[in-house]
Amino acid sequence: MQLRRQIIDKLNGFWMITTLVTILVLPLVICIGLYIKAAPIFEQHSFLELVFTSKWEPSRGIFGFWPFIAGSLYVTLLSFLFTAPVCLLAALYLTQFAPRTLIRIMHPVIDVLAGLPSVIYGVWGILVIVPFVSALSVPLTGSPSSGYSVLAGGIVLAVMVIPYTLNMLIEVFNTVPNGLKEASLSLGATMWESVKHVVIRGNYPGIISAYGLGIAKAFGETIAVMMVVGNVVKASGNPFNAAYPLPALIANNYGEMLSIPMYDSALMFAAFLLLIIILVINLFFRLLIHKTKRL
Amino acid sequence: MGNPYFSPNNSEQLRVLRATEPEAVLRVSNLNVSAGDHHILKNINLEIPKNRITVLLGPSGCGKTTLLKCMNKLTDLYRELKVTGNIYIDNDDILNTTASIPDIRQKMGLLSQRPYPLPVSIYKNVAYGLKLKGVRDKKLIAFNVEKHLREVGLWEEVKNRLNSPASSLSIGQQQRLCLARGLAVKPGIILADEPTSALDPTSSKIIEDLFRDMKKHYTIILVTHVLRQAIRLADHVIFMHDGEIIEQGPPEELFENARTDKLRAYLIDGN
Repeated sequence: MQLRRQIIDKLNGFWMITTLVTILVLPLVICIGLYIKAAPIFEQHSFLELVFTSKWEPSRGIFGFWPFIAGSLYVTLLSFLFTAPVCLLAALYLTQFAPRTLIRIMHPVIDVLAGLPSVIYGVWGILVIVPFVSALSVPLTGSPSSGYSVLAGGIVLAVMVIPYTLNMLIEVFNTVPNGLKEASLSLGATMWESVKHVVIRGNYPGIISAYGLGIAKAFGETIAVMMVVGNVVKASGNPFNAAYPLPALIANNYGEMLSIPMYDSALMFAAFLLLIIILVINLFFRLLIHKTKRL
Repeated sequence: MGNPYFSPNNSEQLRVLRATEPEAVLRVSNLNVSAGDHHILKNINLEIPKNRITVLLGPSGCGKTTLLKCMNKLTDLYRELKVTGNIYIDNDDILNTTASIPDIRQKMGLLSQRPYPLPVSIYKNVAYGLKLKGVRDKKLIAFNVEKHLREVGLWEEVKNRLNSPASSLSIGQQQRLCLARGLAVKPGIILADEPTSALDPTSSKIIEDLFRDMKKHYTIILVTHVLRQAIRLADHVIFMHDGEIIEQGPPEELFENARTDKLRAYLIDGN
């Protein structure tokens, strides 16, 4: 009996360590795999040349990834600008001000939104957001736009990311002990002052973490964005212009046109770049969390 | 069922009490609190004498903390609670007043069961209430921070690390910091809800000694279920059971001549 228990104990320990190591090693394996597949392109172009040039002519062996990187960053930034205040205020209202019944109603709604396939958001974007952006472009910029644009991509992406970020923020704010709010209120603070100084101030690391994960998800989102962003290889500051984010480049072209020399390596490089950028975003947010924890 | 000898409805009793007791700073009249069908506080009537330590004594779940939270309107945070009756502070019925709730709350400092330092530095914790009161003069804030940290005997321990996070203090120091923070808004009354329950004996003794000193300037309402603490500190005892006040009066009278079975049983168990 004793031997059996010891064996089970060892086995459980073994599989737990195995799964942990697998999870830890997986990103490294993916990264190495992508790098190896992308390596041929480095024989003809330097890393910096690939990242910071804008000319994209695969048939002539010219691969400038800047429009794709800029497109991804721009769409992600716009979605973050829409998502951040909405999620923060909604999470604060639901956890600090709203009656509990509202939270009970909202939770399944948020879960349903988080679980919707991205293609549904894409179709909704084509049907609603693209015409909306198109209608806005003339009054706001003076020039017409098809509506397939960075702005449409940002809005659709924001709607997709809101349930994730909102859920995380709700969990974060729910951890604030009632005693802390009561302490602030008893000192003469209003409810909003208590929320500002106690709930928000005390949860900077959690808020940053929720935003960081939301941004990382937004940056890598493919289908819905691809359907509304226009997919034009051009870096532009005008949000009513089309763009071509990195994930859309890979999804649109992988498996096709691979007869073009280096195209396969170029797309692998795009995937490698995507991974690196998401890694950098995560590290940046980790650093922010670390800094705010020390306050 | 309330104690007939100490029922405030008995006008003769109240007259005698008022003649011998110091001025009451807080008066509760016909207070009832319920959550749905559950009647948490039942027709509470009491007076809190000025510059005394009044101990709300009773077993866990008897409604002491709810009563305390009614006094500074923290019950407003709990939508499920229905509060009726009157609580008079400075002749103002705070349950039925149009006065600002933050202003009412600043009349009472709150010390919780466990310390809840704000997620800022030691200095900013004490300065927080002052800033809420509109104090902007940095010198005045600094003066008050030092004054109140000294008042709770914490200044010497923290004077060289005022900008450190309050969470870096020991739990006993945190509780004293919370007391200093409460005193900074110049309350007349200190509401202490089992403030030593999370502390070690040494830290508990420091808090108890502070209360004894502080009663010269403040009225202290202390919630506890620890009989020995009540005996050590109380000038006036209110014994509660199952949402009702069973007996109230001077400690020597209650502890030596308990009139009800409930208090007698509690004293026997407590000893």
